[in-house]
Amino acid sequence: MATAAISQRRLFARPTSTTGWKSWLFTVDHKKIGILYGATAFIFFILGGLEAVAMRTQLARPDQTLFGSAEQTADLYNQFMTMHGVTMIFLVVMPMGVALFNFFVPLMIGARDVAFPRLNALSYWIFAFGGIFLYSSFFLGGAPDGGWFGYAPLSTTQASNGMSYYSVGLQILGVASLLGAINFIVTILNMRAPGMTMMRMPVFIWMTLVVSFLLLFAMPVIAVALFQLMFDRLFDTNFFNPAAGGDPVLWQHLFWLFGHPEVYILILPAMGIVSEIIPVFSRKPLFGYAAIVFAGAAIGFMGWGVWAHHMFAVGLGPVANSAFAISTMFIAVPTGVKIFNWLGTMWGGDIRFKTPMLFAIGFVMMFIIGGLSGVTHSIVPHDAQQTDTYYIVAHFHYVLFGGALFGIMAGLYYWWPKVFGHMLSEKLGKLHFWLWFIGFNVTFAPFHIVGLQGMPRRIYTYPKGMGWDVWNLVETIGAFIIVSSVLVFIANIIVSSRKREEAVDDPWDARTLEWSIPSPPPEYNFAEVPVVTHRDDWWHRKYVESPEGFPVPVLAGGSKGEENLGDGHGIHLPSPSFFPLVVAAGLPVMGYGVIYFNPLVLGLGALITMMGVFGWIFEPGAADEH
Amino acid sequence: MSTEAHAVAPAHDEHQTSTGLDNVKMAMWAFLGSECLFFGSLISTYLLYRNRFGSGPAPHEIYDIPYTSVSSFVLLMSSLTMVLALNAQQRGILRAARVWLLATAFLGMTFIGGQIYEFTTFYHEGLALSKSPFGSAFFVLTGFHGAHVTVGILMLLSLVGMSLAGRLPQSDSRKVELIGLYWHFVDIVWIVIFTVVYLIPTNN
Repeated sequence: MATAAISQRRLFARPTSTTGWKSWLFTVDHKKIGILYGATAFIFFILGGLEAVAMRTQLARPDQTLFGSAEQTADLYNQFMTMHGVTMIFLVVMPMGVALFNFFVPLMIGARDVAFPRLNALSYWIFAFGGIFLYSSFFLGGAPDGGWFGYAPLSTTQASNGMSYYSVGLQILGVASLLGAINFIVTILNMRAPGMTMMRMPVFIWMTLVVSFLLLFAMPVIAVALFQLMFDRLFDTNFFNPAAGGDPVLWQHLFWLFGHPEVYILILPAMGIVSEIIPVFSRKPLFGYAAIVFAGAAIGFMGWGVWAHHMFAVGLGPVANSAFAISTMFIAVPTGVKIFNWLGTMWGGDIRFKTPMLFAIGFVMMFIIGGLSGVTHSIVPHDAQQTDTYYIVAHFHYVLFGGALFGIMAGLYYWWPKVFGHMLSEKLGKLHFWLWFIGFNVTFAPFHIVGLQGMPRRIYTYPKGMGWDVWNLVETIGAFIIVSSVLVFIANIIVSSRKREEAVDDPWDARTLEWSIPSPPPEYNFAEVPVVTHRDDWWHRKYVESPEGFPVPVLAGGSKGEENLGDGHGIHLPSPSFFPLVVAAGLPVMGYGVIYFNPLVLGLGALITMMGVFGWIFEPGAADEH
Repeated sequence: MSTEAHAVAPAHDEHQTSTGLDNVKMAMWAFLGSECLFFGSLISTYLLYRNRFGSGPAPHEIYDIPYTSVSSFVLLMSSLTMVLALNAQQRGILRAARVWLLATAFLGMTFIGGQIYEFTTFYHEGLALSKSPFGSAFFVLTGFHGAHVTVGILMLLSLVGMSLAGRLPQSDSRKVELIGLYWHFVDIVWIVIFTVVYLIPTNN
């Protein structure tokens, strides 16, 4: 019995490296996983950006065919358009949010790790393999080309394998999101430090919780839609085949029942980030904490009742259209509440215009524009004019780029010192912001104009003399300004890490717990688990309030940082593990097996995953580390 | 009895959770919440398509309700044996726990066998995946349910294996409880499917 146990222990021994590439490959540390998520998402951001630049270059002048013949150009354009959308949504904005969730949720609630460290690693690897799987389609007969929305029956009848890659690839990515959502729900509800009640949690944590619930309930819906799409393509089912009595509108319902909560999945993390940054750089507590939390939760609920506003042109009838028009106007209310919270926080504050604050203010401004154009879509007759035009494209770029990406950039500048232990250059950061801000508006503001002039979206070119020529050229110039801003960002990362201006523990004089520990944080996060007594606990450890309501620093010795609390020896941390990587590696193999109808490959993938699962279960020390 | 068992159990509840609920159990509940939407979408699809059978057989022409009632009964009884397995495990009667786990898996396999027979019969009567939207919706909905039962059976058999190898002591009854939660959920989903798919009559 004993020898059997020992041999099992050897067979399933856990990796032990703490440095070098192995420490990254087999890590279960939430901070390393966060960095992996961020780095991978940034690579996909470059790819998605290049696709955008290719499209904008093609559209710079009328009647261009830059990618070969007209057919070849159209074909490649469709692939770029689809992959740009899929990439930016599933491989950039979502994982960038998850990167920040990973790194900061445990730090902000005073935990040593997430609830399920190995599951967390599994989420990352499934995401990474899913992304690579999707992009491999470019080399295997063509990428998905039916739009990120994959409308049937176009998506079910395209001859190339592109949309099969879409259905299987998004399915794989969905598994990663679902596992991540479960992990963060349990972490936030169950792993809070003593005294960290729900209403003391930072708003970023609240938004993470809302996003996790949205993912939990939205992912199975798209999973079903993708299975149906896949079966229609591969097994001749008739879910979306009108010739046999199937209904393509079912796809639209299922897709947008997922797709609209997905919109909030993309924007709520950015709202959480901005809600952290604006108070810090205004040196005031967040105005109306409870209101912003409830507004976020309200968006989470109401986000389920607005999906058919994506389908006003489908012909659902006046009753359905009116109902969804009203619910859509109504959901603007909690969003508006948040805007007032941010403005109220800045009002009368001692504002410091550091780079994170600039991006945060840019977020508020651009998101207002995107939000307002969104409300114009809710008016059904108005939407009939806008639908399928560039006006829609303008709207969702203002909320996803002007909103989500501005918020994420704000977060990256804000938390960079905590993650990497050195500051980013303010000078390059500000240059990045202004190029980014100007480039963004030069590119996307004219989309409103050409859209209202009737320029259709999803076209690879347009004829001369429609009145769109000048604006399209302007938009393309804007796109290259954005490219230059991203190059400045990359330069900033490289230059700042070379110069390495060491970051102190709390460079921004911030409010939340992650700033109470060293930068970068030690592996065990907190030498001693903090006891929380206030909302913005770290601020209250540093400052008391004068009778006039101004912050007064606590006298010498008051700052209770963690420098003197020991070296963290004896803190039990989960060991690294091989198996998340193994389990995840099987999924894309199974995906290829399904697409190419190869039972051998499918079985191989299933075998890899099964072996990984059993290894996972029998790993030593697994009883207390799920 | 169960409170005593819990008093022995906390070998791995090394840290107190904020809500007092066990991490893994909360995760399982969250997952099952997600599964509700998964089956909800499939059932909605079926409801949309149950009258669209085209030239293929209609639902009332092929459903054999007495037959499916029997296999439904078998599946529901497996929930009883699952409860007995957990009870035995928590009381430390490991041999009885293994017997009940095996019984649960056996009842599940009987149900799956019945489903395979049913699918084959339907196929011979002219209902195929590609025959009509009704056929697609029926096979995919019940097929995904069958896949869930199959995964459950594999997990039950793994539990039996672990127990035989001495790796499932009384203090580790939480594993049995978790898989039990999943198993009961799959049974409950079948109650909904049986009612909505088989018992509610179609237009004709």
